Amino acid sequence: MNLAQIVQYCLSGIAAGSVYAIVAIGFNIIYNTTGVINFAQGEFLIVGAMTAISLNQIVPLPIAIVLAVVVTVLLGGLIELAFIRRVPNASVMRLIVITIGISIIVREAMLHIWDETVRSLPYFTGSEMSTISILGAQISPQVLWVLGVCAVIVAALTLFFRFTLTGRAMRACADDRMAARLCGVNDRWMVTLSFMLSAGIGALAGCVISPVTQTQYDMGAPLAIKGFTVAILGGLGNSMAAVAAGLLLGLLEVFMVSQFQVAYKEAVSIVVLLLILVFRPSGLFARPETSALRAF
Amino acid sequence: MHLQRYLPVIAAVLAVVVLHLALSVADATYYMTQITMSAYYALVVVGLCLLMGYAGQVSLGHAGFFAIGGYASAALTTSNLLAYQHTRPIAFCRSLGLLLERQDLYGTSILSFSPWLAFAAAMILAAFIALIIGLPVIRLKGHYLAMATLGFGLIIYRIVLAADGFGKADGIINVPPFRLFDGLQVNGRAPFRVQNYYIAWTVVIAAMVLTTNLIHSRIGRALRSIHQSEEAAHSLGVNTYRCKLCTFILSALFAAAGGALLTHYNGSIGPSEVTVMKSVRYVAIVAVGGMANLWGALLMGVLLNFLSLRGVFGTYDDAVFGAILIAIMLFAPDGLLRMPRLAWPPFLASRRSHG
Amino acid sequence: MAEILLQTANLDRYFGGLCAVKDVSFTVPRGVIKAIIGPNGAGKTTLFNLIAGTIPPNHGTVFFRGRQITGWKPHSVAALGIARTFQTTKLFAHMTVLENVMVGRHPRTRSGFLAGMLSLPRIWREEGDSKAKATAILENLDLAEYASEIASNLPFGRQRLVEFARALATEPALLLLDEPAAGLNIYETKELADLILKIRGQGVTCLVVEHDMSLVMNISDYVVVLDQGRKIAEGPPRDIQRNPDVIRIYLGDDHAQHP
Repeated sequence: MNLAQIVQYCLSGIAAGSVYAIVAIGFNIIYNTTGVINFAQGEFLIVGAMTAISLNQIVPLPIAIVLAVVVTVLLGGLIELAFIRRVPNASVMRLIVITIGISIIVREAMLHIWDETVRSLPYFTGSEMSTISILGAQISPQVLWVLGVCAVIVAALTLFFRFTLTGRAMRACADDRMAARLCGVNDRWMVTLSFMLSAGIGALAGCVISPVTQTQYDMGAPLAIKGFTVAILGGLGNSMAAVAAGLLLGLLEVFMVSQFQVAYKEAVSIVVLLLILVFRPSGLFARPETSALRAF
Repeated sequence: MHLQRYLPVIAAVLAVVVLHLALSVADATYYMTQITMSAYYALVVVGLCLLMGYAGQVSLGHAGFFAIGGYASAALTTSNLLAYQHTRPIAFCRSLGLLLERQDLYGTSILSFSPWLAFAAAMILAAFIALIIGLPVIRLKGHYLAMATLGFGLIIYRIVLAADGFGKADGIINVPPFRLFDGLQVNGRAPFRVQNYYIAWTVVIAAMVLTTNLIHSRIGRALRSIHQSEEAAHSLGVNTYRCKLCTFILSALFAAAGGALLTHYNGSIGPSEVTVMKSVRYVAIVAVGGMANLWGALLMGVLLNFLSLRGVFGTYDDAVFGAILIAIMLFAPDGLLRMPRLAWPPFLASRRSHG
Repeated sequence: MAEILLQTANLDRYFGGLCAVKDVSFTVPRGVIKAIIGPNGAGKTTLFNLIAGTIPPNHGTVFFRGRQITGWKPHSVAALGIARTFQTTKLFAHMTVLENVMVGRHPRTRSGFLAGMLSLPRIWREEGDSKAKATAILENLDLAEYASEIASNLPFGRQRLVEFARALATEPALLLLDEPAAGLNIYETKELADLILKIRGQGVTCLVVEHDMSLVMNISDYVVVLDQGRKIAEGPPRDIQRNPDVIRIYLGDDHAQHP
């Protein structure tokens, strides 16, 4: 394999991996504030992309994307208000089952609104023909868009959590909800906000990846599983590690594709998931002791 | 004193017979086909109920065990060994009566493993895989366990979808009927309809008897104790890990048995039996019937599957189960049906030995 | 010289950087009531967890009846003859009182999955036996009237007793009681003291973690004092009361000087 091919594979792997990382970060945000694993996380990407595709038929692309993100954000908030908030002291099993149910409902709704047709957003710049030359490899500009958007999301989130009052309030909730409440943080609103935030970044990621992977109503579940694998790989709740883990999984997948059949690409994430759950459930970057102490 | 627990069994037997009579009178015995299929699906649900409600473990991959049972039986009973009939191992099996000679639809002779052997092999395989999967996975908690079982189900799905031997997207067809004894056979065709209705219900009711016995035994108590306070149970000498693992294997066996028998009944099996949605459905049914309510799970299993098979839910089939999951978890986490444990008629209640 | 039932040697346990138990060694002879006291955070419950097998020690050994049980899992430890109760009641909330106690018979009975499913006659005998023994224990503790009551319906004090009964059902040689008087009023505490003495009279050795000093001083034969994970004193209650180190950790430096 020459340099151009390697560059090609790596960039596409990193692009895919960064999307997985965004899904994982969505998981982590909600998990950190509530302890819930939101099985419907993957659906946010698809809802965002599908909404943008439909809106794009009446408004220009940038506006369609913005509106789609807004719609998905509202959906995220709605889900939290309608379902999660009603069961404040639910057991882990109960919450798992609820979010699974939510993911099914959202997916079926999408099926009935948008049917099974595969659609996609138009390329942000240029078309499917345009390429940019990097180190001899012909890269679609959309791949660069994916990398750029995901990087911006991660940077924005980091700034948000570190420097804004709301962001710090959410971190406080994640650490100790009761204490945060005693300090005047409206913890229930923080929970809703975490769902909305996860939905928003999911929608954005879904939009930017749509031209490359196409979008179909049932793509949410596989994405959720990969996102979950990445989240666990990095250590549940640790978003910076999720970025690294996402890139790792993305590269691992393209490596498998380059050496073996494409059919095995899907199997990679599942095998990684099972291996990490069996051998190191606390993630690659965490110390086993601390996870044992976590009430989970 | 012990007979109290078998009252539902007697009620179930009566209900099955009454249902048959009612359907004959209404000249609607064709419903029996879907009822029979639902009964086999309910077998999976009963095993899962044991796992989720009593051992407290959630499994999002039980369709995988169903598939192991079904595909193993199908593959072994449809693989044509005619080419090897003169080799020693095959000739040996033949002399032991372990092989089945028949003709398929096109008149070609087929020599395959007998359904009895295939069934036994499927059970052993399911138990073995459940052991391998269970060993590392059972000690995980909550979300981790759910995801691991989900991953397991997905792997099985990928395998049957990709393997030529399992027919890829088309699955395996021309699975022969399962000849039991005395002319009884698991066979989906019309002449055998009534017979199979009773075969299926016999299997299911036998399974219920076994699980009812288990619940009321020392192990059943241990399982309930694990579910309610694992730490306390552990400190009282209950080997929690081993109990959960054995329950996992048992529930896998139930699922595999349902899979194998249904495959013989339908004459085929396909990847659609192994999807995540199927696994989720089983979970939804257990939730509706009441997590620790075996009879509730059975009832709901038969009812919901029957409705689904009849197409009552239309294109909203999956959505219905999703909605059920949410609704139950929000409003009735203990399920819709609660067993009336205390309502035994006085003459059946045991004499109280203390005031 | 009574047989040494339990012996711990140089037990260490860390949690990350925090040292919960440091170099703790002591013995418990058969037939005594030994108390473990110390301020909050002294490592008492951790010590129990180390003995009972809930968590393994980082260093050190635990011997029971001459056998090394360091790092054994809780169910194996229970089968060997060590039972424990918990600081916060961990009853099986949805089971009846009798069923709760019957779970305690688990290590002394044997029927497994297959026998259970087939409901063999052997099972019937074993169940009847378990039920009889459990009922006897309930009667011993004056809980017989609650036998078919759902455990979580009982008043708090009675719930604590049920946990006691449950632990006794395992036929332990050594009973670890983790703050048994927590949440009890003075009458209930007095009953508890009588109960512990009664159990000791029936042949069960008791190791008790407690904060209630009157209970400790009344019933214990020996007392072990822990502070910040270390054993700082051991001896009969009277000596411990006068030990300046002990006084200091509870009341501060000023008081330690005055005998």
